[in-house]
Amino acid sequence: MPRSVKKGPFIDAKLANKVDQLKHSGLKKVIKTWARRSMIPPDFVGHTLAVHNGKKFLPIFITENMVGHKLGEFSPTRTFRGHSGKKADRTSKVH
Amino acid sequence: MARIAGVDLPKDKRVEVALTYIYGIGPALAGRILVSTGVNPDTRVNALSDAEVHALNSLITTEYKVEGPLRTEVMMNIKRLMDIGCYRGIRHRKGLPVRGQNTKNNARTRKGKKRVTTTRAK
Repeated sequence: MPRSVKKGPFIDAKLANKVDQLKHSGLKKVIKTWARRSMIPPDFVGHTLAVHNGKKFLPIFITENMVGHKLGEFSPTRTFRGHSGKKADRTSKVH
Repeated sequence: MARIAGVDLPKDKRVEVALTYIYGIGPALAGRILVSTGVNPDTRVNALSDAEVHALNSLITTEYKVEGPLRTEVMMNIKRLMDIGCYRGIRHRKGLPVRGQNTKNNARTRKGKKRVTTTRAK
């Protein structure tokens, strides 16, 4: 079930503040964040956010098409290394 | 012969059913179209008058997105997901279920025909 429209989109307040400050300072800096559940509002466009995936921060450059998605959608949390089986296959996939 | 919205012409069927042969028109929309054009849903396609065919054709092509344009819209939506590199886009790229279904078993619609794993030689 989608989120109630009445509530409006969920945007992490702290993160929004940081992006706002960055905008005013005119600098382009990567902001580290854990706020995977935060929606991407239009004013994030053009910034790079490093979204935590549980292990590291993946830098994500926000484009216009990403507005309305959540940050976590762009930072996959699982690594699929292929199934066991043919050895040659596995070694080629790992590293 | 009835030619509506491009290439579709299933005759011998009731219009109500025949309209659903058009991509983008299901039973519900077919019913609504017939109500707004005033065509009896029980008439067979080859019994439709030219005026009725024309009315249906003009209503469908002007009011609704069907066939080619609809297909391109769907493709563009999927392409957008793939281009922005979000989770759903990745699932589309890999040909795996997009909406969180389990993939331990089944998921054959997305994964396609089962690939038989060759049993290891002893």
